[in-house]
Amino acid sequence: MQQYEIVIVLTPLLSVDAAAEGIAKFSKILTDNGAEIVQEDNWGLRKLAYPIQKKTTGYYHLTEFRAPGDLINKLEIELRRDERVLRFLTIALDKHAIAYNEKKRSGAFNQKKSVKTEEAAN
Amino acid sequence: MANEQIKYVTAPKVEDTRKKYCRFKKNGIKYIDYKDANFLLKFVNDQGKVLPRRLTGTSLKFQRKVAQAVKRARHIGLLPYVTDSLK
Repeated sequence: MQQYEIVIVLTPLLSVDAAAEGIAKFSKILTDNGAEIVQEDNWGLRKLAYPIQKKTTGYYHLTEFRAPGDLINKLEIELRRDERVLRFLTIALDKHAIAYNEKKRSGAFNQKKSVKTEEAAN
Repeated sequence: MANEQIKYVTAPKVEDTRKKYCRFKKNGIKYIDYKDANFLLKFVNDQGKVLPRRLTGTSLKFQRKVAQAVKRARHIGLLPYVTDSLK
């Protein structure tokens, strides 16, 4: 059971509950096919760095899950079929990425890291 | 007398004496998060292009990870592909 992370960018035009319903549809696909969702993160409406399909903001949603390999293709077909989804990105996580996400969840990580990179920067 | 005003034919190349180092190896950072846009801004010039290793001094292994993270961030709209005044 590989660990994956998927970022979905939904169109901003739909109302909040319609967006939530769209996301729920995909997490339902995941849980139905035996995937185990590790973490769901909702960034909400964010400004895009460049217009995607003539829209300048997008509704971001991040899902981290553990799933068998063949489920990814089914999920992506659904994502491509759904026209509310502007863009998505599925990443397989290696052990460093998993450790990073664990640390990020525990929160102790970011203060130390940002302090270190600042001090390393100057 | 002659060497008081030494005129150089070409401008003397001022060496950047600061020893460049790979910040990832030094700080023990193992994973570069593509979702962390303002961290990636440090490796991108103001046109949004990835900075070369000779300027940032990162090692080859982490330069590839930085480049891949920047490309992923661009794909999901966190970083622009090209812009004029990013910073």
